[in-house]
Amino acid sequence: MLELRGVTAGYGQFTALWGVSLRVSAGEAVAVVGPNGAGKTTLMRVISGLVSPREGDLTFEGQSLARLPAHEIVAHGIAHVPEGRRIFPMLTVADNLKMGAFLRSARRGYRDSLERVYTLFPALAERQKQRAGSLSGGEQQMLAIGRALMSRPKIILLDEPSMGLAPVMVLRLFDLIRRVREEGYTILVVEQNVRQILKLVDRAYLLEVGRIKMEGRADELSEQDFVRKAYVGL
Amino acid sequence: MARLTAAAVLAIIAAAPFLPMGGMRQYALHVLVQIFIWSFIGGAWSLMGRFGLISLGHGAFLGAGAYTTTLLWNFWGLTPWLGVLVAVAGAVVIGLVLGYPCFRFRVVGHYFALVTLAVGEVVRLLVIAERDWTGGSLGVTLKASAGEASLAAIQFADKRVFYYASVVVWLGGLWVWRRVDRSMARSALEAIGEDETAAASVGIHVTRFKLAITVLSAALTAVGGVLYAQYFTYVNPDTLSGIGVSLRIVFAVVLGGMYSLLGPTVGSALTIALSEYLRVLFGLKFIGMAETIYGLVLILCIIFLPAGIYGSLRAAIARRMARRRAAPA
Ligand SMILES: Nc1ncnc2c1ncn2[C@@H]1O[C@H](COP(=O)(O)OP(=O)(O)OP(=O)(O)O)[C@@H](O)[C@H]1O
Ligand SMILES: [Mg+2]
Repeated sequence: MLELRGVTAGYGQFTALWGVSLRVSAGEAVAVVGPNGAGKTTLMRVISGLVSPREGDLTFEGQSLARLPAHEIVAHGIAHVPEGRRIFPMLTVADNLKMGAFLRSARRGYRDSLERVYTLFPALAERQKQRAGSLSGGEQQMLAIGRALMSRPKIILLDEPSMGLAPVMVLRLFDLIRRVREEGYTILVVEQNVRQILKLVDRAYLLEVGRIKMEGRADELSEQDFVRKAYVGL
Repeated sequence: MARLTAAAVLAIIAAAPFLPMGGMRQYALHVLVQIFIWSFIGGAWSLMGRFGLISLGHGAFLGAGAYTTTLLWNFWGLTPWLGVLVAVAGAVVIGLVLGYPCFRFRVVGHYFALVTLAVGEVVRLLVIAERDWTGGSLGVTLKASAGEASLAAIQFADKRVFYYASVVVWLGGLWVWRRVDRSMARSALEAIGEDETAAASVGIHVTRFKLAITVLSAALTAVGGVLYAQYFTYVNPDTLSGIGVSLRIVFAVVLGGMYSLLGPTVGSALTIALSEYLRVLFGLKFIGMAETIYGLVLILCIIFLPAGIYGSLRAAIARRMARRRAAPA
């Protein structure tokens, strides 16, 4: 469904990704793991059109995405939940979700999407009228994910959903992501909680200083010595 | 209730030129015309300001508007009715030249404000530099048309004509403000104002929305400049472009409240009334006194009433109404 071939990208003179190739098939959950500064966020930003690739191919369902601006990429069915819970803090929970359905294609199914999001995240339903900025960290992350689902995406990109959350909250959140998965969404997720994310996804890529160092099925990867020592901490 | 109040206020505004005011009529009308013109301009500014696009250079659009029609009339006798189209086009071009690079390269917040500040100054300096055309810092007088009143030249000796014209333009400005307030663009711009990356990630074309509101604000401001020039029949670079006037617009709107329909109007009315009062009170005795008091009042308002005088008042009334509604139940 989503395919990157030899993507090189960066900021100004600086190159953060060197010829990265990656593939996500429909219905799959795929993780990208790697140390800080590896380029994971940059990778997500390239896919969602916030950073344009310097070289390489980027296709989604056979169509090229390279050089499309962010708002058009959303229209193709790719929803990005950016790093650091970028919700709209002054808007209410309900309004944040409404903004998620900003696109005309999403507005048509608005009620239906809203119901699905509230069923998935009952905590949000209880806090509809509350200002998003006053939610707890975990609730804000749910809102960010819920807002992404409102655009009726085919794939969602999650950038470090567990960032800055307490361990209990991380477990709950991963549980919720599992449920999102079971709803049939295709997911590409970046995580530093390697051990837990490998239990949740089908396949994973290991990114280091801008290059894919390893890839494979999640269960196989977590058995590899290198990954165990460097990331899983066993 | 609100409709009734609005109708009553409009009736008073419509009847004002005919109310008995003794020898004060000309003066009162003069002050009122200024209030309506500056309220309209303030409203145009707040279209951007309320979404966090703080422009400190609206004098650029104002000056572009005023000078365009004035010079076109003086040199080629082009009627301001057509001149205003050229003026608006000019302001739109300035808005695009200013906005596109800023929005494309994510120049936001204070940096955006500084860029606009510079643009306002550049227009002022250009007017001064091109003195063969523009009269430089001495300004230029609109050539008088033949006769007492000329519709083609938009010149009328009778102040009442300008009074009604400014009321109509002001109402038009309120109408536009309302339209924006109730549009999808408002939600989009609010989202952009909160977090551009998040806005883009839900499919909002950030650059386009910001450019559109900038162009709208610039166009309306230019119309305000044209009206100003036609009324005063004299334009000069310091009253119409540059930092001074740009800040005056901002102050008035911040004072009244930029998030409510009538905030800019209340703010403009208060600042104009205040500066007129201080001018009469101090006359030429303490030059600068009026400005100092004016500045102090503003600082106090910004600290204690961030939603503006009108905005805060409205919020307070809304709270009381809500409490009263809750009480008998
Ligand atoms: N806006 C930017 N301008 C310049 N360089 C940047 C920018 N954003 C990231 N970088 C650089 O690109 C490299 C990759 O950053 P990126 O944010 O993609 O890493 P990451 O893997 O997401 O890290 P983390 O785990 O800390 O989130 C880093 O060296 C970083 O300093
Ligand atoms: Mg990151």
